[in-house]
Amino acid sequence: MSPAGIPSGQATLERGLNAFREVIDAPVASFFSSCVHCGLCAQACLFYTETGDAKYTPIRKLEPLRRVWQQEYTLLGRVQKLLGLAKPVTDAELEEWSPLVYDSCSMCGRCSMVCPVGNDITLMIRRMREGMAASGHAPEGLIEATSRAVESGSPAGVKWATVQAQIKRMTTQFGIEIPVNRQGVDYLVLMSSWEILNYPEYLGAVGKIMKQAGATWTLCDHAYEATNSGIQIGASDLARVLVGRIVAAAEELKVKCVISPECGHAYSAIRWEGPNLMGRKFGFEVKHILEVLDDFRSSGRLKLKGTLDKPLTYHDPCQISRRGGVYEQPRTLLHDFAPQFKEMSDAGVMNWCCGGGGGVSANERAEPLRFIAFKRKKAQLEELGVKTMVTACANCRVVMEEALEHYHMDIELLGLTELVAEHLEHDNEVAS
Amino acid sequence: MEHLALLTFVRGPALDWSLGLCAAGIILRLFETLGLGRKADLAKPRDDGPGSGWQTIFTRSIPPAGMFRRDPLTYVAGYVFHFGLLATIVLFVPHIEVIRGVFGVSWPGLPGPLVDVLTVASLVALILLLVHRFYSPVKRLLSGIDDYLSWVLTFLPLLTGYLAFHHLLLEYTLMLAVHIISVELLLVILPFTKLFHSVSLWFSRWYNGDINARKGVAS
Amino acid sequence: MAQSKHTNTLPRTVGEGLARRGVSRREFLQFCTTLASMMALPPAMAQTLAQAISKARRQSVIWLSFQECTGCTESLTRSHSPTLENLIFDLISLDYHHTLQAASATAAEEAREQAMKDNFGKYLLVVDGSVPMANPGYSTIAGISNVDMLVETAKGAAAIVAVGSCAAFGGLPKAKPNPTGAVAISDIIHDKPIINVSGCPPIPVVMTGVLAHFLTFGEIPELDPLGRPKAFYGETIHDHCYRRPFYDQGKFAETFDDAGARDGWCLYKLGCKGPVTYNACATLKWNDGTSFPIQSGHPCLGCSEPNFWDAGRFYQAVSMPITPVEGLAGAAAAAGAVAGVAVTWHNRSKKAQAKSAHVTLGVQDLKK
Repeated sequence: MSPAGIPSGQATLERGLNAFREVIDAPVASFFSSCVHCGLCAQACLFYTETGDAKYTPIRKLEPLRRVWQQEYTLLGRVQKLLGLAKPVTDAELEEWSPLVYDSCSMCGRCSMVCPVGNDITLMIRRMREGMAASGHAPEGLIEATSRAVESGSPAGVKWATVQAQIKRMTTQFGIEIPVNRQGVDYLVLMSSWEILNYPEYLGAVGKIMKQAGATWTLCDHAYEATNSGIQIGASDLARVLVGRIVAAAEELKVKCVISPECGHAYSAIRWEGPNLMGRKFGFEVKHILEVLDDFRSSGRLKLKGTLDKPLTYHDPCQISRRGGVYEQPRTLLHDFAPQFKEMSDAGVMNWCCGGGGGVSANERAEPLRFIAFKRKKAQLEELGVKTMVTACANCRVVMEEALEHYHMDIELLGLTELVAEHLEHDNEVAS
Repeated sequence: MEHLALLTFVRGPALDWSLGLCAAGIILRLFETLGLGRKADLAKPRDDGPGSGWQTIFTRSIPPAGMFRRDPLTYVAGYVFHFGLLATIVLFVPHIEVIRGVFGVSWPGLPGPLVDVLTVASLVALILLLVHRFYSPVKRLLSGIDDYLSWVLTFLPLLTGYLAFHHLLLEYTLMLAVHIISVELLLVILPFTKLFHSVSLWFSRWYNGDINARKGVAS
Repeated sequence: MAQSKHTNTLPRTVGEGLARRGVSRREFLQFCTTLASMMALPPAMAQTLAQAISKARRQSVIWLSFQECTGCTESLTRSHSPTLENLIFDLISLDYHHTLQAASATAAEEAREQAMKDNFGKYLLVVDGSVPMANPGYSTIAGISNVDMLVETAKGAAAIVAVGSCAAFGGLPKAKPNPTGAVAISDIIHDKPIINVSGCPPIPVVMTGVLAHFLTFGEIPELDPLGRPKAFYGETIHDHCYRRPFYDQGKFAETFDDAGARDGWCLYKLGCKGPVTYNACATLKWNDGTSFPIQSGHPCLGCSEPNFWDAGRFYQAVSMPITPVEGLAGAAAAAGAVAGVAVTWHNRSKKAQAKSAHVTLGVQDLKK
């Protein structure tokens, strides 16, 4: 269907501007009305603090969206437009803004926490990306990842065959059963491409934990990818397609709960954006794996033994802690077996981003900037002086491993679910 | 124009028009902003978590951990200016009388010399903020006509009020009239500049708090 | 006009007249010293003043009364209990004054015309009351309208003293809606020096001071932008008010009989116009320095200022809005709401339009 004037199958400025018009609602209008140009958002943004470049000021990244709001949705703006005093948003401008919106923003959410007038700048970046994507101004790497995700099921092109291979390895290594397409179980377990490729032990860990907890679970061979490039690129239509696969599978298999893996955006996509993308509430629960572990722990189904007795700290993945609300659970779990757990500065909901979230890690253009931004995390680690860091997001792990190597830092990076699985109290573990 | 006649005019029709235009402007902008509405959030909220829209309305006035030392000038001068401005407006007896004339409510005020000190502090804070706006690359890049106009409109009432109280610059009756005119200008233009944040920030903070509280985060 | 009881002949000079009334030289000199300091003249001037006043003779004064209440005359001449000021005034040969003169009807008008002829170019014209211009018939004397009499009499005047706020600025008759079209003397006469001795009524010694200055120097004293003698109208009541410390401390009487009022607190909240009123009441006071309104517990009305009847209510503080705003608030809110609804309707339909213009994005649409 193509209304007159808008050709289909093409990104155009008009489609982008149209998307801008669509995404502006009362909160966005309120935010733009309230901004007093105090610049404090820049002080919270690691892309500004580590570069000192004022162009990375968060609210400034929204300038084209702001002008559309002003010129289309305010009386004063419309009068200005009529009098020829309004500066229109051009394709060239969106081109110029693309690195600001995609490379220098991981949607980490710190700016939204510090703005004195209460602006949720992160929400607006997410909205603005709708227009950027529709006008063809998303970065190439992200476009490719999204295309792969939509067409093949995984942004990294991971196929079910690869998953099957990992299933086999884990089954053998840990002597656990990894069910596929089982109906009526407690949990549908999802994974991110990073886990499948880089940290397959995650699957084994989940299996072990489920076994001890006595919970029923399954994978699904046509809905195993949790990440959602559609969210990262900011194209809700595509995000809907991707999350729809999971929803369909969850409903088809009649599971009680879908578990989002150790991946930041995956959690946001399914837990918070999912029902709104699908336009309906879910009949099943959605939880992050850490929430499930915490549930098991509270109900006494998670029995741990042994300690990891070395100084370590926890990196809060932005989409899980600050943007997800899962910040106490990892600490509760760590305190159970890590007596030398130390918090870094700004730990918790104000922790600093790894620099690679929100699509930044899929964007080659952004790599140099990403490494500069990592200096913030580097400073946090150096200040603390630990050699081990635990986290619960596979993307953070990949990004930080690359960065730690870039800076020649000798720091061990561990996944929390795997750690928990390693400290389970159980009888029949087959040695690898 | 004769000074007392000018004063009578600014206390009379001019004040009526500016209050009226300000009120009408604020209501128009509220409709314009909130009228767009927001879609219901279909994701299941966390109901056991900390935070709420109402809470953020208040807590957002406190700088989050680690932020103060990154820009102490903006925070301190911002607090001094806002507090000083509010205090001079609502705790100075001649102003309380205006409020009583418009709204019918009143309350006790501070001694004149204390209001004086607060006024000077606010003026100094405003000047520091303006200088910072020129010199800070972040602020300079963000700033435009709206920021500078708003600064002038806010600075003048404080300055002219101070001058009137101390019988400086112009003959008293005229100085008082100029002071009231400067306030009237501020009132009329407020809804259409960033000064509207005085009304909209409560909504912004509420939205922010609400969005995050649903996820279990106190923002 | 009051006549000396002692002799049938009029005293030739003011000094002679004063002596006849039993005013000692020392008393008189003391008065002139005080007067000199009130007018901010050097102390040495006291002697000069004394001499000039003593020697003053037949300084013809014609007093015209127009739309007035006679309060100014009462204040200045105090015919029922004369003071030194009154005496001096008395002795300046008041050739024409409605209230004080013995003559009436044509005899009175003849006296005026004669005085004008005899002293053409040298007499002082004192006027109280405003002049109605809407219809000259509103106020006439012997069939002559105020404006006609003023214009005619002003022709030979050396200077004009507009006594009282009515003559100086229009006063009470000029208050909205000004049905008589009342105007000030200075709105009609533009070619003679005019001294505005405003006040409702003015303080007696101000009049004396002006007269004394004129007699001594032959010219009018220094005036402020509104034509009032700076010596008396240079500062506000507020500047010299003895209750000023209470204002500074924020101690205000809320009602006329509350504890604050009884303790003599500032009357700002009760509507005192002291801050915007230029007069000498706070220092010279009234009735020989007995008291003045604020001291008696009543807020200053601002009676020496133009249009003080229309400058907000008397019991409403200077900073309060003049017109009630309730009705206005309703109208403004309604206007804003109407505009707001219109804008909202427009915004929402624009957004709906954008939504319907939305073409579902496929991966092929991510590139240009």
